[in-house]
Amino acid sequence: MQLAKVIGDVVATFKNEYLTGIKLMVLQPLAADGTPIGRTLVAVDAVGAGVGEIVFFVRGKEASFPFHPTEVPADAGIVGIVDHWDIEPETLSPKS
Amino acid sequence: MQLARVVGTVVATQKHAAFDGAKLLLVQPVTLDDAPRGPVLIAVDSVGAGVHEKVLVVMEGRAAGEALGRRLAPVDAAIVGIVDQVDLGKDEVRSSKSKVTK
Repeated sequence: MQLAKVIGDVVATFKNEYLTGIKLMVLQPLAADGTPIGRTLVAVDAVGAGVGEIVFFVRGKEASFPFHPTEVPADAGIVGIVDHWDIEPETLSPKS
Repeated sequence: MQLARVVGTVVATQKHAAFDGAKLLLVQPVTLDDAPRGPVLIAVDSVGAGVHEKVLVVMEGRAAGEALGRRLAPVDAAIVGIVDQVDLGKDEVRSSKSKVTK
């Protein structure tokens, strides 16, 4: 899983029938210090996240598991809303 | 599987039910030289790892779900071991600072 900020949502009238009723959100993945890292992506939402929230998301077909038994065609899905996270700064630099 | 170092923790109240009771840790994948490689990820912990420890991480959904002991869990990374040390063959030249054994 990876940290990300929800920066928008996607409206799509014509879509795969198994995506009906599922919220699509635009995510900006975040590094551990909260700065944007990598490309934005669209993810299905399994937890009711809103724009501006920090979330964590799963990649791969596991993104569709919250909607089981519906086989949702998704490769990324929000699975949690982050209250806060803590990092130990010294652990991020290589050990000498 | 990948070597990684635990660098922090994540707290999330609102999450998918499969994560109930699971510990979420921030892990920084590392090379054999202990240098950071790629972005920091969130992994569920199945072995009781703590911050600073070097761990073994599975980065595939089915394996991660099995580590969590739950089927159809929407997870893609899980800590499955705490690394004591890594030994390479003596002919394995990697870099100037390839003191791989901790």
